[in-house]
Order: sequence, then structure tokens, then C-alpha cells
Amino acid sequence: MDLLAELAKGVIDGNDQKVARVTQQVIEQGTSPKSILDDGLIAGMNVVGERFRVHDIFLPDVLMAARAMYAGMDLLKPLLIKEGIPSLGKVVIGSVQGDLHDIGKNLVGIMLKGAGFEVIDLGNDVPPETMVQTAQEQDATVIGMSALLTTTMPVMGEVVDLIDRKGLKGQLKTIVGGAPVTADFARKIGADAHGFDAANAVDQVKKLLNVK
Amino acid sequence: MTEIIEFTASDVRPERDAVFENQGIPPGAAVSSQIARLYGQASAILARTVAPAGILSEISKSDFATVYRGEGRNEENTPVGDIFDRADRLALFTITVGAETGAEIARRFEANDFALACMLDSAASVAAETIADLVEQRYRESLAEDDWQADNAGVLRYSPGYCGWHISGQKKLFEFLQPERIGVTLRESYLMEPLKSVSGVIVAGPRELHNFPITYGFCKHCDTRSCRQRLRALFAK
Repeated sequence: MDLLAELAKGVIDGNDQKVARVTQQVIEQGTSPKSILDDGLIAGMNVVGERFRVHDIFLPDVLMAARAMYAGMDLLKPLLIKEGIPSLGKVVIGSVQGDLHDIGKNLVGIMLKGAGFEVIDLGNDVPPETMVQTAQEQDATVIGMSALLTTTMPVMGEVVDLIDRKGLKGQLKTIVGGAPVTADFARKIGADAHGFDAANAVDQVKKLLNVK
Repeated sequence: MTEIIEFTASDVRPERDAVFENQGIPPGAAVSSQIARLYGQASAILARTVAPAGILSEISKSDFATVYRGEGRNEENTPVGDIFDRADRLALFTITVGAETGAEIARRFEANDFALACMLDSAASVAAETIADLVEQRYRESLAEDDWQADNAGVLRYSPGYCGWHISGQKKLFEFLQPERIGVTLRESYLMEPLKSVSGVIVAGPRELHNFPITYGFCKHCDTRSCRQRLRALFAK
């Protein structure tokens, strides 16, 4: 097995120590950072994402794989920055104001990072103004919102309206998700996309940004 | 009368299946040794950090009408709004797992230890519901001590933020109950600190009182249907 395949396997197995060791090895061998990222770390996370999608593995397995991937990313990130390799895009995420539930939102953030996006996670109970202002300041192109309560879902609409009022519609896209949130609700409030689970959210963000 | 109740870590030890269910793992599913180990670690951390406490206070229907009206942001019709006036007795409550568990969850996330952080988060959520169950049980016992009896009695709790009772209802609830006495405070957004806390009203009356239909306006946005599970459990007693 070549080292990049070994690296991907380390991610799939959730073996952070192995991933750190093999990442260091391939860096020292002179493999390009982009290849280490795409053919090792992201390749491994893609397998994990697919297995999770078909219910072959459980949430903790995904999270252990994510930790392993981050162990490799910690070593790789300085090289990616040095070589000016951009991320797939910058996404601001948060659970909307009044909502403290964030396991799903955290998983989306982890899987977006695993797919190669830069993620700014604002946590839970995030006011609409903070979401939009952060996206503007950080030059993000997508805002991802999560809600678990029917009583906090309307805040998602407030964020979409705020984007509209600031004249940012079109350049700042929105995706919504969470147990009570449906595609129909997303359409009604004018959100650009709806993610029915974490893996689907990543697919939807890729679509919004025309990432293959 | 207001009662402050303290519990021990062993009172609120979360069942493995309940924690796994919170993680989307079906009860009885075969899991890897890594996941089993994570559950063991999370349980140990929870036992070390949890400081479970609750506060319970009976409230008259007229006072509760003020609490329930809150900031005037409830849905027009809600289960609580429809039933509280027909209840025999009402009590406000707040419970918490304490601040340290939440701080530990945040530290684990910060350290990229996502799987353990999430498992601990789930364990703490289950523990919070267990504490709320215990406070509800305590209220049942106090009702029995008062010789309260109803035909086919039903005692069930409802919380702001759910089923049309707007979360801003927390403000009046906190003014009346003062859960700061067990270390729980309210953010401007009406969420509680520590986050792993639960508040609401316990409604005691004939069991049929709680048997509301799922035809309220907000029900069509709700996929969880957790109210049905609660009712099934109530009517199974």
C-alpha cells in the first residue's frame, strides 16, 4: 500500500497517531501538499462520509476519523498556506439565536472541513447580525444555519432577510438544516439550500459554490 | 413553598442505550470497541464533573397565567395554554447538570477530541432529562403527601421553547422561580447557563388532560413528535 493510501486508511480507522506519523513521512518525501490533502486526508474522509451516509458506521466513528484528519491537517496547513493553495470556500456556521442544540451543526462543520472547506463556527445562540457581519468580515460565501426547535426556526428567515436588506443576496448564500427544518421551509424563507443531514449539507454547499 | 433538591452523580448516571440513541445509534446495535470505550470515558468524566440540582415551586393558576403569557410571543393555541386552567396543581421547576460538565465538553471540542466531546454532550443531555424526571417524581411524591388524588392521575412537564410556548417565556419563569439559587442564569436570548439545564411547568391533573391532538399550527413543522413518546409513556403507567 502506498503512503497516501495508508494515510487515507489511517483517517478511515480514526487513528490520529498513525495519520500524524504518515503525514510527516509524505511531507518529508516531498509529496505535494495538495496531493497529500486530496489523495490522502480528503480521500479518507470521503470514504467515511459515504459509509456514514449508508449507515455502515455511526456518528462517533465519523468524529474519530475527523480527529485523525485534523492531526494530519495540523502538519499540512502551514504548507498549504505557504504554497497559496486555497480552500474550497469559506463557510460561516452556527445554531440560530435561541437554540442551543449543536451536535448536528458541529458534525456539518467537521465534515465541511473534511471536504476541504474553511469553516468559521460561531457556536450556538447566534444572533442574525453576528452571522451576517462575520460572513462579511471574513469574506465567507456561505452561511449555514441550524435549528432544532420549531420556535427558533423563524430566526433563519431573519438571517435571509438581513442578507437581502444588506444587498448581499446572490453573493452570500444560505443553507439551513436541523430536525424540524424541511426543504419546503427553506424555500419559503428564501434560503438557497437545505441539508437533510450532514453529508447532504456538504453536497449542497458544493453545489452552491459549483465545486465538483 | 420552594424546594431546592440536590442529587448525586450516581442518581443521574446515564444509561448506555439512551446515550447511544442521542448519538443516532439504535438501541442494541453492535458498536466497535472504540465507541464502547468512548462511552466509558464520557461516563467517567460526567461522574467527575456533574453537580446535579433542581428547584421546584408550586404556583397558582393565576400566577402561572402571568408566567405563561410571558412576553406575549406564544402561539395562539398551545397544549400548555389549553390545559393549565383545567389542571389540579402546577409547579415551576428548573434543573441543571452544573457548569463543569459543559466546560469539559467545550475543552474537548477545543482539543479536536470531537467524538469524546459529543459522547459527553449526549451523556449530559440524558443526565439532564434524568434530573428533570427525578424532580417530576419528587413533585408526585409531594402531591401524594398532600393527599392529592385524581382519577387516572397524570403528571407531566412542559418547557418554554417547545410546542408553541415561546422561549421568551423563560423571563417570567425565572422572575418567579429564581433558579439563580441553583446556579442557573438566563441569557438575553432566553437560553440558560449552564446550557445543560431544563426548566418548565409540571402539570398535575387527570391523565386525559395531557392527551392533546397534534393538530396545532406548529405541529406541521415538527418531525420529532417527541410529545407522542411522552404521552405513550404517561398512558403506559
